[in-house]
Order: sequence, then C-alpha cells, then structure tokens
Amino acid sequence: MKFTWTEEQQAFADSLESLLAASDTVSVARAWAEDDTAAGLRLWGRLAEQGVNALMVAEDAGGMGATGVELAIAFEALGRHAVPGPWVESAAYLPVALGADAVASELAEGAVGTVAVAPHVPHALDADIAAHVYVIDGGAARRGTVGERLHSVDNTRRLFRVAGDAPATLDGDLAAAFDTAALATSAQLLGAGERLLDEAVAYVKQRRQFGREIGSYQAIKHKLADVRIALDFARPLVNGAALSLGSDEATRDVAAAKVFTAEAAYLASRVALQVHGAIGYTRELDLSIWIMKVRALLTAWGTPAHHRGQVLEALVGAGA
Amino acid sequence: MDLELSPSELEFQAEARAWLAANVPTEPLPSMDTAEGWVLHQEWEKKLTEARYSVVSWPKEYHGREASLIEWVIFEEEYYRAGAPGRVSQNGIFLLAPIIFEHGTKEQQDRFLPTMASGERVWAQCWSEPEAGSDLASLRSTATRDDARGGWVLNGQKTWSSRATFAHWGFGLFRSDPEAARHAGLTYFLFPLDADGITVRPIAQLDGEAGFAEVFFEDVFVPDADVLGAPGDGWRVAMSTAGNERGLSLRSPGRFCAAADRLVDLWRTNGADHPEQREAVVDAWIRAQAYRLYTWGTVTRLAGGGDMGAAGSVNKVFWSELDVALHETGLDLLGAEAELESRWTDGYIFSLSGPIYAGTNEIQRNIVAERILGLPREAKGAGK
Repeated sequence: MKFTWTEEQQAFADSLESLLAASDTVSVARAWAEDDTAAGLRLWGRLAEQGVNALMVAEDAGGMGATGVELAIAFEALGRHAVPGPWVESAAYLPVALGADAVASELAEGAVGTVAVAPHVPHALDADIAAHVYVIDGGAARRGTVGERLHSVDNTRRLFRVAGDAPATLDGDLAAAFDTAALATSAQLLGAGERLLDEAVAYVKQRRQFGREIGSYQAIKHKLADVRIALDFARPLVNGAALSLGSDEATRDVAAAKVFTAEAAYLASRVALQVHGAIGYTRELDLSIWIMKVRALLTAWGTPAHHRGQVLEALVGAGA
Repeated sequence: MDLELSPSELEFQAEARAWLAANVPTEPLPSMDTAEGWVLHQEWEKKLTEARYSVVSWPKEYHGREASLIEWVIFEEEYYRAGAPGRVSQNGIFLLAPIIFEHGTKEQQDRFLPTMASGERVWAQCWSEPEAGSDLASLRSTATRDDARGGWVLNGQKTWSSRATFAHWGFGLFRSDPEAARHAGLTYFLFPLDADGITVRPIAQLDGEAGFAEVFFEDVFVPDADVLGAPGDGWRVAMSTAGNERGLSLRSPGRFCAAADRLVDLWRTNGADHPEQREAVVDAWIRAQAYRLYTWGTVTRLAGGGDMGAAGSVNKVFWSELDVALHETGLDLLGAEAELESRWTDGYIFSLSGPIYAGTNEIQRNIVAERILGLPREAKGAGK
C-alpha cells in the first residue's frame, strides 16, 4: 500500500512540468483558437517525444502500455497548462479502442487522431488536422468525414461535425476506451482547477482594497479554502480511478472521479473569477482560458448526470 | 502507486472481520449518554480489550497489538462496517493518549493508559469555557502554585465537556501564569472528576441526552504528578491534541463508508418514491469514497515520516460536512416519516455537532487559507 507517486512517476510529472512551463502554452492555445495550429503541433511533437502519446498504446503495438496513473499525470499537466489539441482522443480513447491496430502505432509516434462517440461526444476536436478521424455509434466504428467547424465556449477546443463513412474495425474495448477518456478528462480538470486556484491565490495576495490585501478578508479566504479542500479530495478519486482502470470497478470509479473533479474544478473557476472581479471577466486575462476550458470539460466525455447514473447503476445494479 | 494490502494485512482484516461478526451486539446499544447505555458501552470496551481490539495500534503492554497505521485504518473500516457501538472511551484513546505517549512520563503512561484502553476509566475533555470557545487561548480558569503540597490549585469553569456527565477523569488547560501572554502560561492538567471542589452539571444536547457537561472547579488540588508536559507548555501540548481531533484519528473513513452504504440500501427500498434524491445519494457515496482514498494518501504520507500539519483542517471540514449531507439525504429518503426518531435522526443530530467541535469549520477554513494557501493573517482583536 503506497498511495502516492513512485519516484519514476514523480520524475515523469516533473519532466512534463518543466517542458510545458517553458513552452508558452498560453500563446500556443491562443493561436490554436485562431486556427493557427503550427506552434501547437510542434508542442504536440515534443510531448510525443516524451512518450505522452504512446502511454496507453499496447506494447505489442509499439506503445508503452503504461498505467492509468501515468495517464493521469500527463493529463493533469496538459490541463494545468491548457495545452490545446485532441489529446483525450489521440492519447486516451483511440489507443485503447484501436487495440493492436496499426493506427495505434502511428498514434504512439505522434500522428493526430480524433473521434466522436455518440451520444456523449457528439463532435470531434480538430478533425481538420487529424490524420485519423473516427465516428463511433452504438458500438460500431466508422471512418469519419469532416464537416462544419463548430464553436465551443472554450475557443481552444476546435470542434467539427463529423459523419460516419466506411466501416472500420477496432480491435480494442470501446467501453474501456471511454473509461480511459473520462479518466483523462478528469485529470485535465484537476490540472485546470489547480491552475485556477494558483492564479486566484496569487492575485488576492497582491490586490489591495480598503488598505489591505483582499486575501486577508475571511470572505475571500473561505471561498479559496473551499476550493483547496475540493481539489484535495478530487485528487485521490482521480488516482483511485487510475488504479482501477481495467478492473470491474473501473467504470464506477472513473465516473465518480469525473463527477467530483468536474465539480471541484468548476468551483475553482467560479471562485477564481469572483475574486478577480471585473478583470477576471475579460478575454484578455489568461484566466479566461481555464474558466472556459472547465466549463467545456464539465460535459465532455460524459455529463455529470451520465456519470452519476453510472455510479448508481454500479451500486444498486442494473435497472435502478 | 498502489492500494494493495499485504498478505499479513489481509489476514489481520479477515481476523478482525470474523471477530466483529461474532461479537458485535445484534441490537444497537442505548445511547452512551444515558446511565444504562454508559454501562453497556463500558462492557463492550472490556470485551474489545480482552480480544486486543480496543487500541490496536498501542504497545502490547497497554492492551494494544502494535498494529501499523494501515492496520488501524483497516480495523476502523471493519469496525464501522460491522455496525459496532460508538466508542465511549474515544476522548481518552484518540485525543488524550497520543499526548500522553508524546509528553507524558513513563510513570504517567503506566498509570493512565491501561485503564484508558480497557474503558474502565473514561476521560472527558475539558477545554472550552463560557468565554473561550473558538478563541481557546483566551481561557480564564486558573492554576495557582501550591509549593507546600507540591502541586497546583485549580479554579474556574469549563463547559461543553464531552462525556463529563459519567466520565471518571478529565483533562484540560488552565492559566498557571496570569502575567504571560495568551498562549504562554497555560498548563495541561489531568484530574479525577470526583475530586474535592469539582462539580459536574450535565447539559442536555440537541438529542436530549447529557452528552456534555459544565465542570466547576473550586480550589481543586492537583499534584505535580498529574501535570502533563511542563508547566507553562500547555498550549503546545494541547495543540498536538487538536491535530489528532481534526485529522486522522477521530473520524476514520469506515464511519462514512458504512453510512454511505446504508444510504444506498435505503435508496434501494425508498428511491422509487424519491427519485429527486438520486443525485444526493450518489454524491454522498462519491464523497465517502473520496474520504476513504484521501485517508490512504494521508496514511502513506505519515508512514513515510510526514506529518499531518494543516491538512487536518482540510480533512475536518470535509468529513463534517459530508456527515451532515449524508444524513440529510437519508432523512429526505424517508419522506414524511423522517421526523420520527430513528437511526437516521440519531445520526443526523450527531452529525450537526461535527462542523462545530474540534474547532469550528470557520476556524478550519482560516487555517487552510493562512497555512496552506499562504494568505495574509487577519488582524486579531485586542482582547486578552
């Protein structure tokens, strides 16, 4: 029993953090939102060199066959730095859904893939730049054709309508793939929530009103304390779900993590906005990137209602 | 990272589960805050002690079995899952004992720990005063030096002393140096509640039972042998108790996981009539699960030599609010029958004390904000 990162896992987290902290990810995300994907794709390539894209690809398909724990570490970092692109699709869902398929090997090497999964993921991220586009409906997979560009409240999420075309055969387990994607989204939300709290704490320490830092007022302190508490309890749910991937409890545990982490990150976004006041309500302030990302991820890869249903079904049995 | 129990931990778990299944009373005991319930709870403690389950993590010489922190959490999970009685000796074994282990002399350990472990001598916490609640350091009860008799003379009043109505001994802080600043000049005393000069006046709690009491001290002599830690060092000594109360020891995850499981059971029978409670039921279960996993993280950190620190405050706010929400949801599932006294109303009323005792949740949020997030401290009032 050691419910904390191993030294190797800590080292992996540290290396991703130092890469992303030095990559001006805010500019990358802002350009990506304007359909200028060059810098983002360069960052995509560097993260692929670090192994992020290969984590969930099976070893016999040229991947790393890593655990959910490494996946959660990577996606927390992606969330913290608001790295744009179809990461959940390429590095979480498709590697598991594809199984031993040759496309999985390409993804491990850094090829861009994306997917829409009816009904929970109706549109596909960045389908215009993806080498592999899939549409999953009722357990059947098809190659996707790219349609209209849609606009998310998180403008770094470039969504597209996609339509199913030629049938595709996926070797992997689609339910396990969905669990993996929802876990990755939870970890992204955790990273985004931590970033929002960091930004809010830094701001209230320097912003002064009525002659003192606003962070010295209890009204502000208690809001931020509630965010700290919520995130502190979200993390073990994410880690527990990461360990649970592949087990009989995976769907239940991932669903629990998604519900709670989304709520914690959403609280972080609301509080961070509130303590910033009017400046927080501007697109110009970088905080806006995470505020809108959390709102979008809240319903991505399964709404809270869907995941609550998954938990309840697991607890009381089918038909409840 | 893993959540695997070792073979010996699994064996310990199986043994504890089997013993509890065979020994836990089939009917819940009457409230420990009644004369009848008190005796039955003490008898239960004796039974636990004979099986070496009353204080599993303590040394063998004091009725323990030197269990690891992991085994302690396992035991607590099994204990609550089995629906075993509340611990009448809780204030002693979880709040005072860690202080006696850390600050007590060997003589004090030998004298106090065995009967505390067995539930033979039950301890009450005497901290708050009428004018010193959240601001505990403003307490006014005094300890005056008596060199002739080799001890101290206590005067003043304590209140909200849990279990003091029936308990045998108490522990509390008194101001031994009136000249020293607030936190300095306090001394930690242990005293029999039937000592000359002590008057205990029971106070009925929200549930109508005398779960706490006022304790009046009128020239109560306490020998030096019953001072815990050094005279004047009481605040530091007491604050190590506060960490225990807030943190891991008082609210083991087993409590909430067992209650969440009961809530899911109630949903199975009553959910069809109350579909609007679906979200609240799921959220209570998720939070209990979060608390369980969080505790394993804490155990890992402590086993690795880390300390609880201000994280105890994060913990306390979470479990106390979870406990209220969980029981509110249970009552909501009972519909119009909810007001009738039941296990759910008992649990609900008990849960209402959680956000208040062990430092109110407002104080805890200040601690989280100031010590964990590093926000500036608020200027304190001028009062002493």
